[in-house]
Amino acid sequence: MPQQTAPRNPPQQPRVGLFVTCLVDLMRPSVGFAAAKLLQDAGCHVEVPAQTCCGQPAFNSGDRATAADLARAMIRAFSHLDYVVAPSGSCAGMVRRHYPELFADDPDLRGKANAFAEKTWELTSFLVDVMGVSDVNASFDGVATYHDSCAGLREMGVQAQPRKLLGSVRGLKLVEMEGSDVCCGFGGTFAVKYGEISNAIVSEKAARISESGAPMVLAGDLGCLMNMAGKLSRQNSATAVRHVAEVLAGMDDLPPIAAPAAPATGKPGAA
Amino acid sequence: MTAAITSPAFRENAHQALEDKQLQAVLGTMRTGFSVKRAEAAAALPEFEALRDSARDIKNHTLAHLDLYLEQYEAKVTASGGHVHYARDAAEARRIVADICRDLGAKTVTKGKSMISEEIGLNDHLEREGFTPVETDLGEYIIQLRHETPSHIIAPAFHLSAAQVEQDFRRVHTQLPPERDLSEPVSLLNEARQMLRQHFLAADVGITGANFLIAETGTSVIVTNEGNGDLTQTLPKAHIVLASLEKLVPTLDDCAQMLRVLARSATGQDSSVYTTFSTGPRRAGDADGPGAYHVVLLDNGRTGMLGTSFQEMLRCIRCGACMNHCPVYQAVGGHAYGWTYPGPMGSVLTPSLIGVEKGGHLPNASTFCGRCESVCPVRIPLPKLMRHWREKEFERHLTPATTRSGLALWGFFARRPWLYRQATRLGAATLALAARGRGKFAALPFASGWTQGRDFPAPEGRTFQAMWAAEAGKRRRAGGKPGAKEQNP
Ligand code: SF4
Repeated sequence: MPQQTAPRNPPQQPRVGLFVTCLVDLMRPSVGFAAAKLLQDAGCHVEVPAQTCCGQPAFNSGDRATAADLARAMIRAFSHLDYVVAPSGSCAGMVRRHYPELFADDPDLRGKANAFAEKTWELTSFLVDVMGVSDVNASFDGVATYHDSCAGLREMGVQAQPRKLLGSVRGLKLVEMEGSDVCCGFGGTFAVKYGEISNAIVSEKAARISESGAPMVLAGDLGCLMNMAGKLSRQNSATAVRHVAEVLAGMDDLPPIAAPAAPATGKPGAA
Repeated sequence: MTAAITSPAFRENAHQALEDKQLQAVLGTMRTGFSVKRAEAAAALPEFEALRDSARDIKNHTLAHLDLYLEQYEAKVTASGGHVHYARDAAEARRIVADICRDLGAKTVTKGKSMISEEIGLNDHLEREGFTPVETDLGEYIIQLRHETPSHIIAPAFHLSAAQVEQDFRRVHTQLPPERDLSEPVSLLNEARQMLRQHFLAADVGITGANFLIAETGTSVIVTNEGNGDLTQTLPKAHIVLASLEKLVPTLDDCAQMLRVLARSATGQDSSVYTTFSTGPRRAGDADGPGAYHVVLLDNGRTGMLGTSFQEMLRCIRCGACMNHCPVYQAVGGHAYGWTYPGPMGSVLTPSLIGVEKGGHLPNASTFCGRCESVCPVRIPLPKLMRHWREKEFERHLTPATTRSGLALWGFFARRPWLYRQATRLGAATLALAARGRGKFAALPFASGWTQGRDFPAPEGRTFQAMWAAEAGKRRRAGGKPGAKEQNP
């Protein structure tokens, strides 16, 4: 599993660019605020450069030209920062694993893309592996199970870090579902283009989540979370679905994903 | 012509597969079958990851010098009394095999498991030419009875339940007592063996595939769990090895290394029950063996992959691990892919061999979860290669018009941050308003593929960038707060 090696001497108060990701920006801004809080609590100086999208949808649809345009804009927007951190293994993985590939034949940008990839991290792995956080000083009463989103797990080596941080949340008990490392069936545009297959895959995932007995499922990628929440909601399941950052930042007043806006329960089991 | 192609109808095939309750029940067993066994086998061997590296390197080296190893292999086969035939495409391979059979005056042709035989549609051709091909691998035997194609490259009848096989046996083996007990799977194997015995003895020609061809010695290697391959290749007058040319490895040592990753990746066994090496025909003084030994080496588009990014696909040793770990394969099974090779390896290989016009759905029907690559014993970057197919489709304007225009529209906004922020602000607000506090949509006109089976979560209502900018404005007015600086207008 590719694991990012942490720099030997991270700056005291590193300047971190929050790469909020287009899904969080549009769908669930609270995750962005949770990420900003966690980074600030860890001693980072957080900036939010103007941003759109990392280009992954274009890249995965075979449209390299659009992907490269967006990648160039990203590299420019975050160029002055020490680190780029995203509350998503998939978007961080796009930068980390695929920007170098995208510019491999471009002598002008190759070096910049590689350096940019080097400083880009998924949120929980940045907190643990770079900032050395072991306790987020939050509490969240209840039981949760954690889904390993594919790109975070297989491209960024995110597996132990979120579990370690969740382990420090007072009142929270983590139980493992069977096959937590199996895809939820989201796959970006796949979820719409091959909706029937995507739905069959997420039905399996929903079954594993329900079997775990946990009233709340967490993950580090909003795409997967929307997929799982959409399925569980269609099944009238009471399982709450949340981004891992929400729990780590103690945002339990925010309604779970796909849950009605009011009354603002959000507490696991109260959905 | 090759085996029948229904890949262009992937979507419809998949729909049927999802509706097929029996198939779904069988596919459900996959979750706890192959993948668990593979994980245990990999964990039990400390050098397994290093072996995967060396398996990759051996194959890369061979492909880089394929011409040399082919020459060496051919010279060795010839020296041991065998014959090597090169077949450019499926038709040529079929003709060569049929000619050998005809020259020997053959009637019955027994066959070990060979995906190349499936790829070139050999059985139908042999029947048309007046021969009787008999599959001797249990799985292949079953699907031959049912006039089907394999749904899995190492478990051809994976899509069937034992009860279905029992029904087929009762339907076809009418010479056996109807009251016989076939409730245990092993009784099915025994019955197939009993039926096959007469064919083994009557066979004039035996055809097998090859897991590896060894250049150093001119040897073909097969691995089986039933021992049928040995009888297929030693009893008849002639043994025909039907293999594609990338099956080569340089030396016996290399072959031994490859074998160590093959069975573990495929079934989780340390090694298959039978590993059989054959070199040339029977020599004077040999106790058994075929009188003639032929190797038919199929290209069928493979040399065209050399020197392209798809060359990596030619490392494949057909272990099946990628499909065993694929969520899409587990959902729809192998037949949906519409040609000989299913799952992730098929999604890369099929467009290479039959053309991306026909196989274009396959590399798109992937979530890119990467589990296939994480288990592939020769480390083929399957998602990357699928993406390369998507790039080729995009370049050649084969990407569906709706996807193209959707991408273009999205790209237009994403390239213009200011416009993008206005559009997303408006989008988030409109969607949130439309959701009317329910937190979700049960139907969305532009995403019916999603909402048919799932709700679509509603956005909170404001974009992060807008909220961050607003907070920053507040902080500025209140005299600033350390630790949070904004650049977002
Ligand atoms: S692509 Fe890799 S995992 Fe799949 S069959 Fe080939 S060798 Fe096995």
